[in-house]
Amino acid sequence: MTGKPFAVTRWTRASTVSAVVVVAIVAALAVLPAIFGANITERLTTLFVYIILAVMWNALAGYAGLVSVGEQMFFGLGAYATIRLSYGGMNVYAAMLVGALLSGFTALPLSSFMLRLRGGEFAIATWVIATIAHLLVNFDPLIEGETGKSLIALNAYDAGVRQAISYWATLATMLLFLVLMFVLMRSRFGAAIQAIRDDEQAAASVGVRVMAAKRLIFTIAAFGCAAAGALWLATALTFQPRTYFGIQWTAYMLFMALVGGLGTFEGPIVGAVIFFVLEDRFGATGVWYLVGLGVAATLFSLLLPRGLWGTLEDRYGIQIMPVGYRLRVGAAKEPGGKTSQGAARWLARLRS
Amino acid sequence: MIWVDQIVQGTLLGGYYALIACGLSLMFGVMRIINLAHGDFAILGVFVVWLLVSQTGISPFLALAAAIPLMALLGWALQHWIFERSLRSGPLVPLLATFGLAIVIENLLFEGFGADTRSLAPDIGDLAFDSWTLTDRIYVGHLAVLVFAVAVLLLVGLQLFLKHTVLGRAIRATAEDPDTAELVGINSRAVYAVSAAIAVATTAVAGTFLAMRASFDPYSGPAQLIFAFEAVVIGGVGSLWGTLVGGIVLGIAQSVGAQIGPRGFLLTGHIVFLLVLAARLFLSGVNWRAAIRRRPQGTEGSAT
Repeated sequence: MTGKPFAVTRWTRASTVSAVVVVAIVAALAVLPAIFGANITERLTTLFVYIILAVMWNALAGYAGLVSVGEQMFFGLGAYATIRLSYGGMNVYAAMLVGALLSGFTALPLSSFMLRLRGGEFAIATWVIATIAHLLVNFDPLIEGETGKSLIALNAYDAGVRQAISYWATLATMLLFLVLMFVLMRSRFGAAIQAIRDDEQAAASVGVRVMAAKRLIFTIAAFGCAAAGALWLATALTFQPRTYFGIQWTAYMLFMALVGGLGTFEGPIVGAVIFFVLEDRFGATGVWYLVGLGVAATLFSLLLPRGLWGTLEDRYGIQIMPVGYRLRVGAAKEPGGKTSQGAARWLARLRS
Repeated sequence: MIWVDQIVQGTLLGGYYALIACGLSLMFGVMRIINLAHGDFAILGVFVVWLLVSQTGISPFLALAAAIPLMALLGWALQHWIFERSLRSGPLVPLLATFGLAIVIENLLFEGFGADTRSLAPDIGDLAFDSWTLTDRIYVGHLAVLVFAVAVLLLVGLQLFLKHTVLGRAIRATAEDPDTAELVGINSRAVYAVSAAIAVATTAVAGTFLAMRASFDPYSGPAQLIFAFEAVVIGGVGSLWGTLVGGIVLGIAQSVGAQIGPRGFLLTGHIVFLLVLAARLFLSGVNWRAAIRRRPQGTEGSAT
């Protein structure tokens, strides 16, 4: 590298170290149910579902610039399909998997229509579609309107076993989507989708296949949210259309992605952890808690649109899981990456 | 005969939808912003009216007259504190910020007023249930006709204002191209502030009529936003007359749907909206000349 005036790098020493730490954490999480009690296992399962939702919403809004107010549709459909298939005689865990897959697939036909809409139109159209899905599910006699239905097939399993399976299934699903996003965002696709977000016409003019890229991310997000819905049902046990198709899920996703940092890989995870802790602490206060979430979402979008992690990343140039590239001017002499900090600051100023 | 009745009632209901939609239409037309808290502003407005009525016992119409300038002020503040900031940072931020705002308004109203479903119908006396008899099967309520008339008057008024006043012309110029408007001396920030003030003020009118002909609670806002948006899209974005047509189409779809089945009211409305949206998208997406000549299309259109 010596002699070159600059170098383009991905991994820094810090991010290599942190990647090792991440692997260690994942390994620890995998054996956790064997050590800790049912309570912690169940709480963590909830956290993992939040992380899946936050990462999916960030994939849409943060990377693709698609603000969806209707992802609760896939969340609800995932749970509904699980109930439907389970009552149809399928093994309950198979029903969760197949249900989530089927629900995710509904995004494909929808996408060719929805993705032609822009900005606010897309946002409200997703909302309308989610409302329609909610109304249609109400028609199913099995669900009995808003009364709902329980996933009684799960009773066949011992509570402890059930909890452990839910935990591992949720952990595995979360890792699957995290790895998928990590790989995708490091590939050409990652650059393409962010180019579309920044300027769709300019992206198309340099040969990005706009519709295909948007469709891929929309469908992945649908699969993620549907899986989250099925997994949520495995813990909550009861399916009530109003709870699963509620707009509050969008509020949660928006809060997590926005506070953590839209358009960063680590941000939504940070946001989900913050949300999880806040809910644990203040969830009981009900209304004021929701007011707080709304205020935070508004303030963050106006004052700190890059979120907590995005702001840290801009200021200090840290990345635990590097999905972008770093330009280091005089790379050989300045391994500390001082210049990249300067560049980051300059970029941040451009953005504001 | 029952279908004629549904169409008459649907048309009148469409007046309400036009009323709630015109502010959204104006704001979208001028600033290219969709205010996701639009419906919640309507509900906030009606709570102001309700508070005035229940505290002082004045007529809801007088209370509305007092609430309108208040809501206009709120619209101005909204522009000043939220939209002006968010417009600079791309199209995503206004959506995020107004969604957050919607949650705040809904839950603050809930905290302040509880979950009770309220109505202003008891406060307007006979107007709530008086009706004219058209035939032995078809009755039209005085209130429904009043709402429709107010919607038409408001739309005519807005249209005249946009067409013939200096400020109206400035608003249209800014909607067309804000940068060029600035070049000829128009202060686009002031134009935006006025538009936001008008838009939010109209929500108070719509909300009050909603409360007179039906009921409201702190969480009624999102449904109103959806209806308003559907009316705007069905009628064609950026046209005030289109908004009236859109409202009427939505109203008819809903009342015909209600006749078909108990949940048909909402479902048919949503489906008509999606059909119109789909028709608009696919018809405008077709490159007719290219289709006739059977030549490959340009890169933009073929990227699927």
